[in-house]
Amino acid sequence: MEKPFAITLDVGSSLANKTGSWRTERAVYTDRLPPCNHGCPAGENIQQWLYDAEEGGEGYERAWRQIMLDNPFPAIMGRVCYHPCETACNRAELDEAVGINSVERFLGDEGIGQGWTVEAPPGRTGKRVLIVGAGPSGLSAAYFLARMGHEVTIREAGPMAGGMMRFGIPKYRLPRDVLDAEVQRILDLGVELELDSKVEDVVEAGRDGEFDATFLAIGAQVGKRAYIPAGSAAHMLDAVSMLHDMETGEKPLLGRRVAIYGGGNTAMDAARTARRLGAEEAVVVYRRTREQMPAHETEVEEAEEEGVMMRWLSTIKQAGDGRLVLEKMELDESGFPQPTGEFDELESDALVLALGQECDLSLVEAADDIEVEDGVVAVGPDMMTGRPGVFAGGDMVPAERSVTIAIGHGKKAARNIDGYLRGEPFVHPPVPEIATFETLNPWYYADAPRTHRPKLDAVRRQDSFDEVVVGFDESNALFEARRCMSCGNCFSCDNCFGVCPDNAVLKLDDPNERYRIDLDFCKGCGICVAECPSGAIQMFPEQI
Amino acid sequence: MAEQQIKGYQTGTFVVGNRLLDPEQRSTQARTERSNTLTSGHRACQGCGEALGARYTLDAAMRATDGNLVACNATGCLEVFSTPYPESSWQLPWVHSLFGNAPAVAAGVAAALKAKGREDIRVVGQAGDGGTVDIGFGCLSGMFERNDDVLFVCYDNEGYMNTGVQRSGATPPAARTANTKPVGPEPGNVFGQGKNVPMIAMAHEIPYVATATVAEPRDLERKVERAMELRGARYIHVFVPCPLGWGAASKDTIRLARLVKETGVFPVFAAEDGEVTEVSKIRRHVPVTEYLKLQRRYAHLFKPEVNTEVIERLQAGADRNIRRFDLLATDEGADFPGEATDQAGELHDESGTPPAPDADSNTTMLLKETHGNPR
Amino acid sequence: MLEQLEGSQAVARTIGMCRPEVIAAYPISPQTHIVEKLSDLVRTGELDPCEYLMVESEFGAMSACIGASAAGARAYTATASQGLLFMAEALYNASGLGLPIVMTLANRAIGAPINIWNDHSDAMSQRDSGWIQLFAETNQGACDVHIQAFRLAEQLSLPVMVCMDGFILTHAFEQIDVPDQERVDSFLPAFEPQQMLDPADPMTIGAMVGPEAFTEVKYLMHAKQLQALDQIPPIAAEFKEAFGRDSGGLVRGYRTEDAETIVVALGSVLGTIEDVVDELREQGVKIGALAIRCFRPWPIDEVREALKGADRVVVIEKAFAVGAGGIVGQNVRLALSFRQSNIFDVVAGLGGRPVTRRSLGALFEDIFEGRIEPNRLHFLDLKTDVIEREFSRLEKGQKPGPNAENILRDIGTVASGSH
Repeated sequence: MEKPFAITLDVGSSLANKTGSWRTERAVYTDRLPPCNHGCPAGENIQQWLYDAEEGGEGYERAWRQIMLDNPFPAIMGRVCYHPCETACNRAELDEAVGINSVERFLGDEGIGQGWTVEAPPGRTGKRVLIVGAGPSGLSAAYFLARMGHEVTIREAGPMAGGMMRFGIPKYRLPRDVLDAEVQRILDLGVELELDSKVEDVVEAGRDGEFDATFLAIGAQVGKRAYIPAGSAAHMLDAVSMLHDMETGEKPLLGRRVAIYGGGNTAMDAARTARRLGAEEAVVVYRRTREQMPAHETEVEEAEEEGVMMRWLSTIKQAGDGRLVLEKMELDESGFPQPTGEFDELESDALVLALGQECDLSLVEAADDIEVEDGVVAVGPDMMTGRPGVFAGGDMVPAERSVTIAIGHGKKAARNIDGYLRGEPFVHPPVPEIATFETLNPWYYADAPRTHRPKLDAVRRQDSFDEVVVGFDESNALFEARRCMSCGNCFSCDNCFGVCPDNAVLKLDDPNERYRIDLDFCKGCGICVAECPSGAIQMFPEQI
Repeated sequence: MAEQQIKGYQTGTFVVGNRLLDPEQRSTQARTERSNTLTSGHRACQGCGEALGARYTLDAAMRATDGNLVACNATGCLEVFSTPYPESSWQLPWVHSLFGNAPAVAAGVAAALKAKGREDIRVVGQAGDGGTVDIGFGCLSGMFERNDDVLFVCYDNEGYMNTGVQRSGATPPAARTANTKPVGPEPGNVFGQGKNVPMIAMAHEIPYVATATVAEPRDLERKVERAMELRGARYIHVFVPCPLGWGAASKDTIRLARLVKETGVFPVFAAEDGEVTEVSKIRRHVPVTEYLKLQRRYAHLFKPEVNTEVIERLQAGADRNIRRFDLLATDEGADFPGEATDQAGELHDESGTPPAPDADSNTTMLLKETHGNPR
Repeated sequence: MLEQLEGSQAVARTIGMCRPEVIAAYPISPQTHIVEKLSDLVRTGELDPCEYLMVESEFGAMSACIGASAAGARAYTATASQGLLFMAEALYNASGLGLPIVMTLANRAIGAPINIWNDHSDAMSQRDSGWIQLFAETNQGACDVHIQAFRLAEQLSLPVMVCMDGFILTHAFEQIDVPDQERVDSFLPAFEPQQMLDPADPMTIGAMVGPEAFTEVKYLMHAKQLQALDQIPPIAAEFKEAFGRDSGGLVRGYRTEDAETIVVALGSVLGTIEDVVDELREQGVKIGALAIRCFRPWPIDEVREALKGADRVVVIEKAFAVGAGGIVGQNVRLALSFRQSNIFDVVAGLGGRPVTRRSLGALFEDIFEGRIEPNRLHFLDLKTDVIEREFSRLEKGQKPGPNAENILRDIGTVASGSH
């Protein structure tokens, strides 16, 4: 139809008017580092795998594979990790932290149940790496090195792989079939495991040039001793040995009343194990207050649920036949416990010492260039000791001790060993700024209180080594995954696409570039930035 | 009309889209194939709420009518910024006649289509608050009482912005405009004036009246879709912040639209045949100052000293709305799509666990369907 | 078929035969009988399909017609007086958008003071609104002109106002040949809009136009109005051929052949004028009359041609521009600007005052005798005693200046000869 001049116009003709010229600032999609990822000692990309898991169905495998890029033990981690990711989670500011650990366990169990596997690359580097110790750190390093195409041999002094995952963590926290499945997956990559094969001397082990690099991960397995005057009839043992014996089949005899000395996670494990072995009373004696206990809150809670008793602000002055003498402590102004001179007695058939562990570093004694400080081996930022090609990690290097940290060390060491072997030192990519709660627009997150994992009935927990914490079913896991706020990262909510008054956000349906600002029309109002729930867009001044 | 409850609850239904939803269930604004009825290149100010509101509304109407839509526009910002010769931003048949006659023009279009047996083509009339509550009010009321088959949409930015920010019958008390300056004994717009057109529309007992804001496009879209299911005179009053006229940051347009509801200053509800059928509950109740302080038109309430008396009067007005429409959720988190009760219900359903004992299942259903509390 | 009918009924039935698809109207005397009858036709289904909108105002009526026309429907309304003024803004809009709406204007005076009776103040007030203005002299003519109006409007895509004198025509019973449907249908094809709101071919109607194109838009509007001058005569000719009646057209002369004096007027007053012309012709006075049937656009050439032989032109008009003078007279002067004009502007019939043969006879005698000056404004049948009394009352408070003295002088001369 021929249109009257000027008063009647063609539809959509304003596309000729490029309003982008009005702009003084432009919106740019910028990913920030989510606090969970930042907090993960294993360096998992938690936000990404939760994003994959949110979809359910096929998303679970993608999520699992995403975890496996950074951590070979999702099912184990989903049980024993003390999840600093959840401590860091921004969602806690809204309602409760996302139950990341539960979702990870669900995914890990799915991985085992579905038989998902990973593969080493077909092309091999021909480089050989010796790993000393088949604990979490050693296994982790072996896994990553194998996936990088290197030949890996693990020499383990003990009869079974797993290290503290097997000999330190009771099976009611980590069922052994889970542990075995995830270890086997690593061995299936072609990693060679030599059991009962103790490396006595690192210098000797490297002498024939069989290996191009070595990773030391022997852990800390010697229970610390404390001087306690004891009568001849006093029954004292250390927690590490006790837990170790549990695994090798020699169940320790503890008696009806057991005291555990120490306030760490091992103390909790020992006390809870004692209860399961039939102790009517398991009493934890700790010289400071509950708030100061190094044990994780969940461990303490679960121990208490199981009837473990606590004696705070107490030290053991003397151990005798069937009874202990305790001295009451009080905190001084700086929070240190000081003796009060008041004494008390505690009936006890056995005393378990859980005062921490030390490393047996005899294997590095012959290596002058490996420095030992405060009972641990010194390493550089690349995890290498003073001896070229010899790296170390896990509990035997200066760091907080946990399975997750050990796994992280394994990954970090593997990357650096790989760099060392290639002659191209590994350079960590730059870390983006952290997505703090303030960078989010929390309005958009629907109220969704966390779903907690159910626990095994407390009565059953007193005499059974069945797993205490029950896993999520799929709907719970999905719910929890979807509580993730995707801090700092686009999660395809379409808000930017919807809220632009100028239709200047293009939706591309491309996983690599989900949206694009159409600079022809963007006037730079900033609404997309303000209304991005996850803070994944920022404004930058327009360059003139 | 059912709005799909998103399982899980990252963002519920608050964001524009959600990749977890079936494509058909996603909001119109989340769809790459949305009409962009008001397309790029228009000359609205940065962060214009009206441009946003118009696209939300008309895209939803286009989708609901399968593109068989005609729009009749009153004079005002929307008309001026969208159709300066030689460029039009509209992508539907659109006519602009005068400032005060859009409802009548729309009625005429509807009559023509009826006479031609083309009632499959639907008609939207649209205007700003001036064109609706003031100069166009006579025509609007006539269109309502005749029950003409027109959806009329008011994009309310609370003043005559196109002519330089003067007071309209929709300007709130205490607000500064070019002719209600913060001078004299009663600074800003006076109390006790202005009219509530949604309530007046309800008094006409027309089939559908709703209010909405640009902060919740899904709610707005659902209301447009509902309106398009009905015949006769329908009215939707959309709250559209004006960064320029209100002295607000352009990025705060949606935030202001959110706050106006969360303070109770602007009740979001729907009514059919004169009866309120749904109310959007306040989700995070905040005092009016949270809303006021973002706008320079209220700056005189905070500087040089805080004008407690006026702020209290404004708060009292919001509180009246809250009482009148019962805007506060009685059971926190239980009355909004995507919130706790609904999700818990879904989870329970899936896991076979019976719903929480205190949940009235009929009520829950209704809540899900209507996005608000039945009255 | 000839019937004895009220003008409004006849016009309404004729409109019905033109098959408008949307009628929007608001009651105002003396238009009411037309739209009442149309509402009957719609309600009974005699006029179908047609939507009748009982709008809340004349502004609403014209606005609804704008919408209907823009949507491609044949749209109609009727109004008068204040109603026309109330839709003034929309009138300009309808013409600016080029929407072929047809409207009956039952001419009536404009207040204050409020007055429901006939004159042409309403039509004249909107002479520059961009509408085509056609004037009917009889009810038969009114019927016939409406049919032609739809044809013209749609041919040009311009709105047309058909003016018929309120009460004098609308409420008068006369013998009328109401055209039959078949012939109307064959004369008036279905409406083919030049632009319309159609989802199948969307467009933006009613853009904002700035200085860069506004002049051109207005120029084109003017050109389109002038096009009407070319199209009206053939439509009238075609109508005559189809219906056998000479109605419509631009102007109509009556006994002008050798006339030295020609009386120019619009509407029903032509009947009285022609009677007076006949009387004077019998007395040997060379006088004729010229009916302006199309006032907008102004048929300047036709008027010039019709008046070229007359020494004297008397314009009888039912409205005037307050503070300026005759309106039709000014337009006639434009047509005769080539020569020394001897034009008498006479305002008559305001607010329903009858224009009688006697008054007109006296007026012409005054003119022939030189008792009235040309090129000044005169008022027929002005009650000078009332005016003088009022002026003398005013004089006590405020002295009139020399211009006001002039009009006082006029009262003396005009008034003295008229009664």
